[in-house]
Amino acid sequence: MLLTVSEKFNEVTKRLEKLGLVILKDENGKYVTRGNRNLKINGENIKPILANAVESLPNVKILNRVNMTDFFVRNNRINGAFGIGIENDTLYIIEANAVIVATGGAAGLYKPNNPGFSRHKMWYPPFNTGAGYAMGIRSGAEMTSFEMRFIALRCKDTIAPTGTLAQGVGAKQINSLGEVYESKYGITTSQRVYGTVNENQEGRGPCYLRTEGITSKQDEALKKAYLNMAPSQTIKWIEDGKNPSEQNVEIEGTEPYIVGGHTASGYWVDTKRATTIKGLFAAGDVAGGCPQKYVTGALAEGEIAALSALEFINKNNGVHIDEISARERIEEAEGFLLEKKSRFSVEQLEEAMQKVMDAYAGGIKTNYRFNEKQLDIADEKILNITQLSKSLHADDFQELMYIYELRERLVVCRSVIAHLRARHETRWHCFAENLDYPEKDDRNFKKYINSRIENGKIKIILRNLVQGGAAYEHND
Amino acid sequence: MSIMIDKSKCIGCGKCHIVCPGSLIKIGDDKKAFIKYPKDCWGCTSCIKECPVYAIGFYLGADIGGRGGLVHIESDADILRWIINHSDGKITEIDINRKESNQY
Repeated sequence: MLLTVSEKFNEVTKRLEKLGLVILKDENGKYVTRGNRNLKINGENIKPILANAVESLPNVKILNRVNMTDFFVRNNRINGAFGIGIENDTLYIIEANAVIVATGGAAGLYKPNNPGFSRHKMWYPPFNTGAGYAMGIRSGAEMTSFEMRFIALRCKDTIAPTGTLAQGVGAKQINSLGEVYESKYGITTSQRVYGTVNENQEGRGPCYLRTEGITSKQDEALKKAYLNMAPSQTIKWIEDGKNPSEQNVEIEGTEPYIVGGHTASGYWVDTKRATTIKGLFAAGDVAGGCPQKYVTGALAEGEIAALSALEFINKNNGVHIDEISARERIEEAEGFLLEKKSRFSVEQLEEAMQKVMDAYAGGIKTNYRFNEKQLDIADEKILNITQLSKSLHADDFQELMYIYELRERLVVCRSVIAHLRARHETRWHCFAENLDYPEKDDRNFKKYINSRIENGKIKIILRNLVQGGAAYEHND
Repeated sequence: MSIMIDKSKCIGCGKCHIVCPGSLIKIGDDKKAFIKYPKDCWGCTSCIKECPVYAIGFYLGADIGGRGGLVHIESDADILRWIINHSDGKITEIDINRKESNQY
């Protein structure tokens, strides 16, 4: 998996640059690197660049503001998808010989760092609701590694990136005594978060990135860099009247997210990015098994999935969405719009879900730690909220979308809980810290934890690691 | 963290409505833009980059350390001029050249 994206990194980077992305180069015209896996870019307009490139393609129809909510799958073969158009109050039923799912992962499962007015000031787009995962889970696709959650180490409050400070100006992680603690715990993301949690717990918080003493030139460059990627941080420096050279930047871990571009969570795909549902392919944050692929990896996977889908449609045809399946979807949506029997709003149930995940499934509240008893409680409570969500009411199509988004998150929550419970070890601190099994267990758990819905229940499947150089194909 | 839209400046062009990734900005019956879901703003600042009449101000909530400053952007070709109007009347400006990459 890693090799197939790596082979395309240079090519997709070159294409993105040609489309207009600004990338820093040295005097010899070579890309300037940051750390061992980053280039220095101006990323603030990367989305308009990509959107314009797609818009200019011939024979492409774009449906903006249409949220897909369900796949049509019969006999494990994809037939199309169902969605809602929130601007034109339209329900969409789209037949398709092949489908590529390339949504974002899942934010908003756990109570966030800033639960009040700034609840959406988070690491991952709050509009990534886990739709891509949930549609697959509900359709019986095999999924992998949901227990490998991602938790970012961020600037406190603004949830702005810390890599720019750590790698860009060499700022070290220090505790309130001024001691550099990162060397004690290690510098992978999970270790950086774990170290910060521990220093706080042992009474040496708050923790900071030591920026005091950097040059005024670095101050100015940092303020510009943050305006390009996380403007709140620069605005905070300016409103405080203090540059980073004059005050260290306080740091904290975020709430956990599920995101295949950073960790390995997502569809269990083969080397061609085919999921276990025939005709359904996955790329980017929803495709599992290929951690740290980031932006260029997602682009590479998009290309691999597209070529595989083309190969598939040349050999397969005969899709049909039957009347009964279509009617079921329409009636469900109409039910939310017409019936008014719930005492609760989507917002209330979302808050309830986040509170449960925070307290019982390893959120910020418990320093990301959990045990099996807590996970059992989490599952029961999430199931109750799922029941309540079935009678929610929507006044318009945007509110209808919010009901589906809540449902998507609840579906992903249950899979996350099942996966956390299945890994009887602690392989990654914070990401999956099981207090019943605090040690790493290579003998039994150097494996993928996968799952699939069978007869309404989540079935856990342990799969062996694919050896380096081998091309993986689905065969069971 | 969210935005506020000055109705007296808004010309109803709808650009903010189109770019908002959360579909949070709507156009009212008076043909003016308004933020329907202020707590759901992610702080991406796309709308303040698009608004041609600088009617949209971005601000940090008090819960994340905001002090009442209001931010808008005036752009000229590749230059984005970020303008922060502090609550005490002071103004800070930072120019970003879109053709320059981050140094870090």
